[in-house]
Order: sequence, then structure tokens, then C-alpha cells
Amino acid sequence: MTLSLQDLESREVDRTRPLLEVDRFVMHYKIKAGAVSAVDDVSFTIHEGEAVGLVGESGCGKTSIALSLLRLLPANAQHISGEIRLNGENLFFLSPEEMRRRRWKEIAMVFQGAMNSWNPVYRVGDQIREALDTHYRGVMNYDEQRTHMEKLFSSVGLPPSMLDRYPHEFSGGMRQRAVIAMALSCGPQLIIADEPTTALDVIVQDQILKELKRIQADMGMSIVYISHDIAVIAEVTDSLGVMYAGNLVEYGPTAQVFARPRHPYAYLLLRSTPSISGPRRQLAPLKGEPPDLLNPPTGCRFHPRCPFATERCVVEQPPLEDIGDGHRVACWHHDEVPELEAALQR
Amino acid sequence: MTALETPPSTDPQPRGKVPLLEIRDLEMKFPISRGLFRAPVDFVHAVDGINFEIAPGESLGLVGESGCGKSTTGRMLVKLAEPTGGSVMFRDKEYERDVAKVKGREVKEFRRRVQMIFQDPYESMNPRRTIFDTVSEPLAVQKVGSIPERETRVLELLRLVGLTPPENFLFRYPHELSGGQRQRVAIARALVMSPSFIVADEPTSMLDVSIRISIMELMAGLAREFQVSYLYITHDLAVARYMCDRIAVMYLGKIVEIGPTEEILARPKHPYTRALLSAVPVPDPTIRRTPVEIKGGISKAVNPPPECRFIERCPFAAEVCRTNPHPPLEEQGDRHFVACYRVAEIG
Repeated sequence: MTLSLQDLESREVDRTRPLLEVDRFVMHYKIKAGAVSAVDDVSFTIHEGEAVGLVGESGCGKTSIALSLLRLLPANAQHISGEIRLNGENLFFLSPEEMRRRRWKEIAMVFQGAMNSWNPVYRVGDQIREALDTHYRGVMNYDEQRTHMEKLFSSVGLPPSMLDRYPHEFSGGMRQRAVIAMALSCGPQLIIADEPTTALDVIVQDQILKELKRIQADMGMSIVYISHDIAVIAEVTDSLGVMYAGNLVEYGPTAQVFARPRHPYAYLLLRSTPSISGPRRQLAPLKGEPPDLLNPPTGCRFHPRCPFATERCVVEQPPLEDIGDGHRVACWHHDEVPELEAALQR
Repeated sequence: MTALETPPSTDPQPRGKVPLLEIRDLEMKFPISRGLFRAPVDFVHAVDGINFEIAPGESLGLVGESGCGKSTTGRMLVKLAEPTGGSVMFRDKEYERDVAKVKGREVKEFRRRVQMIFQDPYESMNPRRTIFDTVSEPLAVQKVGSIPERETRVLELLRLVGLTPPENFLFRYPHELSGGQRQRVAIARALVMSPSFIVADEPTSMLDVSIRISIMELMAGLAREFQVSYLYITHDLAVARYMCDRIAVMYLGKIVEIGPTEEILARPKHPYTRALLSAVPVPDPTIRRTPVEIKGGISKAVNPPPECRFIERCPFAAEVCRTNPHPPLEEQGDRHFVACYRVAEIG
């Protein structure tokens, strides 16, 4: 198979075809004190060409999911149950070698903290070449690789001459652009972007997000944005999942989740984000602290902090229920959440 | 709980009232060493002749990108860094000193009145000292009260910052607390001497959203209760909106715009402020931002040319900007100052 540069530009995109399916996925981290229930029964589907956001606070399991998608979990992680399927193929059935062949080519990652993504003693171009060597050995010769990389650099807004530079010669924003170029190098179907702009200044962040969005649309890729910054997610995604303490508590089209959040946590999270535009509305604080996942709360994991919690929430875990238009919520009281607004005003 | 409900009063700094801090031509130049025995010829102009005032009880937000000099400014105001030029007049009741000239024994007296809260609650505390040791240290250094009196004071403050019951926290160590709780301890430590001025350097940027709001509420509430002035350093304009009466925007060592918070957000006048505001993502997918394009990235403040610092990236740069020195801050409407020659034309 030859990788032509056209392959990177346009791909037939069937927006109804599921590309990645996470199905009742459960994973733990084993530590001395016991098992940390980091991801608990999470299911969602990413279609071709779709941009999905996962938001939540530190420790909610969003990065654990990202690492699971690439099977890059640390040694103490245990896959308990459930499946992750890419193009219908269960990733956990693949051998390490088969998985390695899929990384970069089918599924690529833009990590948080661009500085640590590069080896400081090699030129950036040589590091991208390594990925190309792995996947296109004998397909692209040295000059073709160079042309391909120059094209990648131009597409992310970097001068091609930067390929011959070392990582420390790049500014933070440029380094993140180079990371994106690397992620695109083998024309993946899916990119996982874990806090891709968190360490960047706001103007640079804006430029990088625009770049990612444009490339994603041009190439017909799917992308998973993982972030704690709801404002970033609001701007770049089609669908949005809200995670709390290892559970996916709400999932649906971004516009709908923002307009009508139905899980009390999603509601409070959205309402506690300050904004510079619009009237200066009151921010709703969330009481308490996130739970200890060594001993997660019984029933709904949010019940100790939830203003609606009842007896049922303490004993029974609510399922992720469809409430119409692909909007799914895991809460026994999701009908009452609109009343929260009124309750908070009082 | 009510702390963030009421917007700050529109005029927290009535004209004529004596400012708590009066900063004049404050300057910090870091030499770049070119060799052990050679005199430095290059300087990073981290803070380059800035002027502003902070009124008693007022909270001033200092915003800008990384490397613009905002943290250096904050450190100079509490004497964690010695300015290379300019003055910082500090007037607290009968106490009146130029901070830049406070030396020797006087430093300790000055430090009773000012405090600092740092960004990283994991690194700003000694892991081997208990919460009591940490919070009471300023009292010990300043030799205030007996040990039982200090304990009473610490308990009172822990209760105040929401660590209840305080007895349970007194003899715990920082690693036993969460990030939010640690930042509460840092706030208690900052307040233990009842200072009149606190520099808060990105105090909430390491915290999760849900925790951040409660810490912001706590700081705003305590400021009102104790009449503390803040210099609130942040890169997050949305946070500044909720915490600050006025905002100063810094770019490469210069203040380019300063004014009341809502005024700056509603009517930004400097091209840089406009670009900065237009780049902030909005947590509402129905809003489409209209971006202001500026060129390139932030440059280094090494021996900057005398013209306007923003000239290379400015879409409005004209002849007047190239032939004149960096523009001074000029008043454009009520207490809104802008440093730009073309402010009238680009309106």
C-alpha cells in the first residue's frame, strides 16, 4: 500500500459509521491500599468525522480512558471488563505488536505538555521520520518522507525549515503544532488530544484549536478532546461527555448538553465556569470534594455532593438513560434538574 | 456563599483617597551573563517603568501572557525581588515607606503588612511541618503572642477559611490535604498577621473548576471582611472578572491598558487587549467569537527597541508608532487608561 499525500487530505467520511466504540468499559489501578476504580462502566461511540469532548475534573478517569484507547496504560492498570472496538475490532484482543502497528496509523495521540512529548537530543524531523519508518518502511524513500513532512509542517503553520531544529528551539505553541504534525504524519482516522492546549497562552491556544478544527474537517478525521476546560470543549466538539469519579454521567450533542444539562454535576460544572462574555451571572459552587476512588460512594457516585440526592441514589446506581436525541443521562432525578436553577436562586 | 453575588462596587477608588500602594516607574532589568568576568551588556526588561495605584480594600487584577512581567511585578511589591529602579510607596495608616528602600531590620516590620499566596499549593508548604506550624510561622517570626495564644489564632483562621472542625486540621501534614484544602491553608497563613495587602499569584489556576469557585468566593469574602487589598495575578480573564475591581493588562513589561473590570471587558481599547479578549474561549456553544487577528507570538524582552512594544504584532501599527517612543498611558474616559497612539482612530 502506498501512502499518497492525497490520502491525508480527503477520505470518504460516513458520519453514521461508528469508528470507535467504548462498551461498558471498566478498569482499575492496583495500588498497595487496594483497587482504585478509575473507569467504571463507561460506554460511548465516536462516529467518523466526529469531534467528541470528554470533560471532568482531575481524577475523573478521562485520561485513563485516553490511555486505554491506545493501550498505553501503566503496568498496575487492570482491564476488568468491557470492550473498546476500533473499526469493529476489539483492541484488547490484539497482540502488542498488532497494537503497535495501529498506533499513529489508525489512532494517534496529542499529549498534554508538548515539552515532554519530544526527545530533546534528536531533531524534530528525525523523530517524525521514525513514525514514518515504522509504518511505511520501503514505501516512502528518504526524499518522499522529507516532502511529506514539509507538507505536514506547512499544514500546521510551521516553516518546513523547522524540521531540522531541536525541540528546545521551538516555543511552546510551535512545539504543540509540531506534536500535531507528528500525530497527523501517518494519516490516522482518530486523534486523541489530551489537554492539547492547557499549558499555552490564550492567544496561542486559540490559534492551535482553530488549526486542529480545520485539519480535522479537511481530513475527515475523528477527534477526542480531553480537557478540564469546558469553554474549550464548547467551541470545538460535536458531542460532549461529562465524567465524574470514573463514571460517564452525561453524554449528548454539545449544544444540547450546554443548553439543557440534566445531570446535577454537569449542571453545576457548567454553571460554575466563569465567562468573560454575557452578563456577570452568579456562579454556582459545588460543595465538598471529589470522592476517594479506593472506596467509591455506593449508588450514584455523586450523591454525597448532590443537592437532589435521595435514599435511592445512595443504594442504586443510575444507568445512562437516553432522554431523546442521543442525549443520555445517568441520574434518577434528571427530570428535576431544571428546578435546580430556581432552587439556586433562592 | 454570598461572596460572588454582588458585583464589586463600580467606584472602589474614589479620587483623592490616599492609595495604599503607589507604584512609580517601577523597573526590573535582569542582566544576561555573557561570561563569568564580563560585564553584562544585554538586559531582559521584565518590568519596564510601570505606574499604577491600589486603593485600600481594592483588588487589582494583573493579566497578561506568560513572560509579560506580571509575576515579577507582584514579587517586587512584597519585596521578594529588588527592583532595579522606581519606587513603591506603601501607606498603611501611620506607616509610610518606599518599599524599594526598606532595608535591614525594617524589612521584618514591613512584612507584617504584606503577604503572598502562591500558585502551587503543593510546593508552597513545607511537607514536614504541620498545618499549625505552617499557619503560625508568621506569628513566630514576628514574635507575636504566646504559644496558646497562637493556637487560638490559628484555630480561628482555619475556621474562617472553611477548614472545619479546625481542631482536626491543626496537627495534620500538607500531604494529607487535598489541593483545595491546601490553598485554604495558604490563605489562612496569609491572613494570620492581618495584612493590609496580599499578592495572589495565580492562586486558583492549579485547582479544579468546582474547587476554584469556592476558593474565589472565600478570597473575595475575606477581602471585604478585613479590608485587604489584592494584587491578583492571573492569565485567566474570566477569573479576573469575578475577583477584581480593576484590571491592568501587561505586555512585555509595560502596562498597556488599565481600568475598571467591566469597562475593560466591554470596551477594550488597546489592540492587544482586544486580541486577548477575543481569544478567550466562551463556555457556550451558541456564541461565535469574532477573533481579532494578531501576528506571531510574544517576543523576548531583551534590549527592546524604544518604540511601542506591541508594534511587531499590531495590525494597526502606523508611522506615528514607529517614530515615537512607547506610548504613555492616557486617560480615555472614566479611569480607563490606554497606552496607544492610535486609540482614537481605531476606536
